[in-house]
Amino acid sequence: MDEITELISFSIRAIFVENILLAYFLGMCSYLAVSKKVSTAFGLGLAVIFVLFITTPVNWLIHELLLRPGALSWTGVPALAGMDFSFLNFICFIAVIAAMVQIVEMIIDKTSPSLYANLGIFLPLITVNCAILGTSLFMVEREYGALQSTVFGISSGIGFFLAIMSMASIRYKLRYSNIPEGLRGLGITMLTTGLIAMSFMAFSGM
Amino acid sequence: MSEALLSAKNKRVFTDPFSENNPITIQVLGICSALAVTAQLKPSIVMGLAVITVVSGANVIISTIRNMIPNKVRIIIEMVVVATLVILVDQILKAYAFDISKQLSVFVGLIITNCIVLGRLEAFAMGNKPWNSLLDGLGNGLGYAWVLAIIGFLRELFGSGSIMGHDVVGKLYYAGYVNNGLMVLAPGAFILLGLLIWVQRTLSKYVED
Repeated sequence: MDEITELISFSIRAIFVENILLAYFLGMCSYLAVSKKVSTAFGLGLAVIFVLFITTPVNWLIHELLLRPGALSWTGVPALAGMDFSFLNFICFIAVIAAMVQIVEMIIDKTSPSLYANLGIFLPLITVNCAILGTSLFMVEREYGALQSTVFGISSGIGFFLAIMSMASIRYKLRYSNIPEGLRGLGITMLTTGLIAMSFMAFSGM
Repeated sequence: MSEALLSAKNKRVFTDPFSENNPITIQVLGICSALAVTAQLKPSIVMGLAVITVVSGANVIISTIRNMIPNKVRIIIEMVVVATLVILVDQILKAYAFDISKQLSVFVGLIITNCIVLGRLEAFAMGNKPWNSLLDGLGNGLGYAWVLAIIGFLRELFGSGSIMGHDVVGKLYYAGYVNNGLMVLAPGAFILLGLLIWVQRTLSKYVED
């Protein structure tokens, strides 16, 4: 029981207080580019949750079984047991992400054409979304276990989803307001994001 | 090569990204790292240097082999080149500047997914000669680095009252001056960048529709 409560509070922290976008600034590019319309923001948010849910545990397995210092000791070959391949983390993770996104795209295309029509254009974009690679790198840096990594992946995705949805809704209203010329577009978006980030930080006492 | 090495056109390729076509304030690329590492000045400068190295290096390499790359797999090839360069930069930082490398944490690795790098490769290096691509890479890297340096400078000055780790507030503290803690946190970074974009766009008369 204790473990479950711990996981829940861990997940809430990852969604709100340590929001991948508002506290660590990851995934800003797609956040700024896609938050112009609520419907597209919804699609991208869902796709990010989905891809994070798959790539984080897979990258955890790769790191645990192949790359971390001493990971290859299960092979029984003494020469491999002492090897440290962790410098290959970056290139392996990005390859896994690119491949996973491709596979997810093909599966969705075959099984649910309507979902594919909604998510289709965003899936390739996700490969270069830093939130995905960042989550995997954080997982390695903070030495999460298998279950924690999976929960961390989903929670980061939900955090991204919430942030991009609230921004898209605010920008919808902003279209009708009179903003100084130099501040239009990116400028006002950044200021608003600052305010959203402040409100998300209010959860830090929980 | 009929064109002079530093013709007027090449000079524009180099200087445009400083202001009129700045990667951060105008093109809105690479915002993630621009905000994440700038709580202090020193990591901001190191990050700027790392990005300059990766952008110009990747630009030259891709531009040299651009005629051999099949169009269908070009993104993967670009990613591999960029990832290799980032691993080199990361290893060098770990060897010679371990403290800074710890401070930058995952954000060195995230240069791989920095949109500036991929954007320059796609938009410039795939269609231009190596020398022009080098200039373009250097220009964009520097355009990115100066914005980072300014944000880092302001956030450290107002957030922790120091510059490069040296205390500058000093006695003002006893006169009732208090550092603005918000500047060090994430919201301060967003708001500061928003204001910087406002100033920069007003100066270069750029209006987004």
